[in-house]
Amino acid sequence: MSFEHILFSIENGVAMLSLNRPEQLNSFNEKMHLEVREALKQVRTSDEARVLLLTAEGRGFCAGQDLSDRNVAPGSAMPDLGESIEKYYNPMIRALRDLPMPVICAINGVAAGAGANIPLACDLTIAARSASFIQAFCKIGLVPDSGGTWSLPRLVGMAKAKALALLGERISAEQAEQLGLIYRVIDDSELRDEALKLARHLATQPTYGLALIKRALNASMHNSFDEQLELERDLQRLAGRSEDYREGVSAFMNKRTPQFKGK
Amino acid sequence: MPQTLKVAPAEHGVRLITLQRPQALNALNTQLLGELAAELAEAEQDPNTRVVVLTGSRKAFAAGADINEMAERNIVGILNDPRVGHWQSISSFSKPLIAAVNGFALGGGCELVMHADIVIAGEDARFGQPEINLGIMPGAGGTQRLLRAVGKSLAMQMVLSGVAIDARHAQRAGLVSEVTQPELTVERALELARVIAQKAPLAVRMAKEALLKAQDTDLASGLRFERHAFTVLAGTQDREEGIRAFQEKRRANFTGQ
Repeated sequence: MSFEHILFSIENGVAMLSLNRPEQLNSFNEKMHLEVREALKQVRTSDEARVLLLTAEGRGFCAGQDLSDRNVAPGSAMPDLGESIEKYYNPMIRALRDLPMPVICAINGVAAGAGANIPLACDLTIAARSASFIQAFCKIGLVPDSGGTWSLPRLVGMAKAKALALLGERISAEQAEQLGLIYRVIDDSELRDEALKLARHLATQPTYGLALIKRALNASMHNSFDEQLELERDLQRLAGRSEDYREGVSAFMNKRTPQFKGK
Repeated sequence: MPQTLKVAPAEHGVRLITLQRPQALNALNTQLLGELAAELAEAEQDPNTRVVVLTGSRKAFAAGADINEMAERNIVGILNDPRVGHWQSISSFSKPLIAAVNGFALGGGCELVMHADIVIAGEDARFGQPEINLGIMPGAGGTQRLLRAVGKSLAMQMVLSGVAIDARHAQRAGLVSEVTQPELTVERALELARVIAQKAPLAVRMAKEALLKAQDTDLASGLRFERHAFTVLAGTQDREEGIRAFQEKRRANFTGQ
């Protein structure tokens, strides 16, 4: 399948998915949704991919839903926005969160609406210094979607989450970093290189173990302490059986560099 | 030799049966159902088998019945369906049956799950009765056992809409006793099976029967049955051994007598 609205490749363990409708600030239309879905499916079923890098082309990261796709002319039937969320946004967010490998998000520019919340479903989010974030939903009478209302209070606390969601003010990458919304700010000119470096590094790591770490941390958001202890026991049991664990211990004992396979 | 099942020899009193029709997501065709009934009949007779664990693949426990097979049957064919007998013999298995469920347990697959005494599910397991989508309905206990397991409202919702529920929901509703990581579902079921396999077999058997009675009789009759079963166990050597071992603070050595 060749793609029109995204760039997609898998090379040396790194899957890269770049949103590519730069003129529309990479906002989502139906076709882009279908292409992202197909790409995420390929990443999930690929034997080669060990890390996913999600980024975008042009000056923006993603402006959320392409509003020109929405018919809100007076007299027309009220749209059912829940339908497109059920059909496209929620499965995409779940797919990113459940992908059994680290997902890096490199935010190259403005991230608004759903575009501001998709990165929150990723595991390691870095942003260009000039990037910005806007929970724009409140300005057009909507509710943050794509997991925003779940992620925001968990990442920044309820007081800040409510301010972000109710005021919809633009915040800078630096503010986002200070709030704990993203991991790091990178100078604009270095964002792509830095993201690739991070992805290539992770692709050499014990990615099966990393996937288990991700599973544990994701589950911690709703587990009780005791449930989480039991989950750690189970996941460690699985990790302990991996080839990479054996390789890691053996390399340590023999003072050599481990060669991980992600298995 | 069954062709649609993999059967491991009993180990520590536990026999593991794996449904194996990967090309059809373990859809329960008549052959598979017949082979399963025969295996359970054999396990019933085998003194080395005290508990059976039943599982499918990572992707599907069993994703329903074989629709092509079903399509060929007319009303007379359905009246004389050999499957009814297979289901009956599966449900009459007297030893504990534990289902280890990963992936889809739909239609007949969900009904098979409900024939088990205990259900351990992987986090990504899904349970549903989608028969309604085909203009039919559950025909192997799906309307009866499901209602008893999850209550009326959820059973109605599942059977009338055909929409499946996930493992956590199934656990909250009482269809599933434990949810675990999908990679560990079978192991957890085997671990539990080994615990049960060490108990006095007659006590286990009577307890299972008494529990099942609770589903299909009134409380007074159920209590009467329980008391009778309790009394019957008083005549067993294993009861003596169990109580003595407890008093002597040692592990009981049950013989099944």
